[in-house]
Amino acid sequence: MAERLNFWSTLTDPLIRQNPVTLQILGICSALAVTTTLATALTMSVSLTVVLTMAAGLVSMIRRHIPDTIRLIVQIVIVASLVIVIDQILQAYFAEISRALSVYVGLITTNCLVLGQTEAYARHHAPLPAMVDAFGNGLGYSFVLIVIGSLRELFGKGELFGAQILPLAESGGWFTPLSLMLLAPSAFFLLGLLVWTIRSFKPEQAEAREHTPPLYVEPAE
Amino acid sequence: MAGPDWNPFRRILALPNESRLKTVFVAFLVSVVCAALVSGATVVLRPIQAANRAAEEQARIAALVNGIPGMAQLLEQSGGALSTVVIDLEKGRAAQDVTPANLEAALSDPDNWTQLEPGQDIAGLGQRPDFVQIYLLRDTDKVSLALLPLSGQGYGGRIDAILALRGDMNTFAGLAVTQHSETPGLGGRIEEASWQAGFPGTELRDDSGELRFRVARGPSSGVHEVDGITGATRTGRGVTQMVRFWLGPDGYGPLIAAISRGEF
Repeated sequence: MAERLNFWSTLTDPLIRQNPVTLQILGICSALAVTTTLATALTMSVSLTVVLTMAAGLVSMIRRHIPDTIRLIVQIVIVASLVIVIDQILQAYFAEISRALSVYVGLITTNCLVLGQTEAYARHHAPLPAMVDAFGNGLGYSFVLIVIGSLRELFGKGELFGAQILPLAESGGWFTPLSLMLLAPSAFFLLGLLVWTIRSFKPEQAEAREHTPPLYVEPAE
Repeated sequence: MAGPDWNPFRRILALPNESRLKTVFVAFLVSVVCAALVSGATVVLRPIQAANRAAEEQARIAALVNGIPGMAQLLEQSGGALSTVVIDLEKGRAAQDVTPANLEAALSDPDNWTQLEPGQDIAGLGQRPDFVQIYLLRDTDKVSLALLPLSGQGYGGRIDAILALRGDMNTFAGLAVTQHSETPGLGGRIEEASWQAGFPGTELRDDSGELRFRVARGPSSGVHEVDGITGATRTGRGVTQMVRFWLGPDGYGPLIAAISRGEF
């Protein structure tokens, strides 16, 4: 029973409490780039979760036989091969979305989230816990992508999954699209707001100040 | 796996991780497995990807064709589908080893471009590609429509267009301007459907076979002219020269001759 509880917390911890994006600020490059629409965000989330889980499983399976001197390159080779396979599958079955994601699927290889996961966790744990933890981290990343992606698509175009939700002003509705939402800076703003929201509910996540402002400022002469 | 094979494998795995032999062995094994995985996925999925790319190309042409006035009905009437052909302009027939897929690569090679003499270069291009991708619509085994890409110098810059020629290779079925930088409101009106509507039915040559097409100054006066746009004389001349160059001997001339002879 305790074993199962343990799995449950391994799986759910990275969702909010240990979220890789909002707490560790890992993998935000792709998180910003692919969230202009919900569909691309979702595809990216699924791809990353699959790659992360499989890479963790594979690395963990051969963890006792990976020589320390070449461990990074072995991990990268495994991750890169999985990414290529996923990219090929996307190109074959989801050509439209694959074009929208362009290079970002390939860049999963260099996503620090993936390498961090295999290096820090999968290398020291049995395959099953490693995969559960990786899957949880993938879900945490997906959660952030989906939240930002849906906000950006909703306020940038008034759509969700390409279906009109808010009636546009130009076709007789009331909603004027905020085109800023479709540009990269809005993803920074939204991610910042999301981090702020999570940290105000969970103050233990806030980092210690690097320096304290002086209490008394000497008046200029 | 056979018994004797199993042993050395085990023995290597039992070596300490830091031994040189095991390091090389693990690296080799991982690369072999990953290479097999990647190659397998690529080979298995390639046909589906190729089909996707072809469908995308077809959709782009369809959008173009539907943009030409009256073209949608024409397609419906003939019930055929457009075929994409890369032609060798000089020989006037389908190119031997250039396909739509590697056309871009072929055109990045300067050897596949022909420099134009000032006398020939009435469209102001400077040089002309030797290979062009065109679209043909076949009715049984005759060409009933050819979509020919054109480009030429206008007043503000290059004009790119696609001209649709009927099966007699003399009557225009329509024109679509795909890119231009003419003055908005004057020359820029060449992108308007109302101006392009003058093209269908206009003829290219007279009975003696001489190129007679031109954009008139003012209203058209004859079957070889389309209306000019007031205040855009030079844009009109640009379009005239562009059409005359590309349908003349240095452009699609050899191809048109071949199609008229029924060789396509």
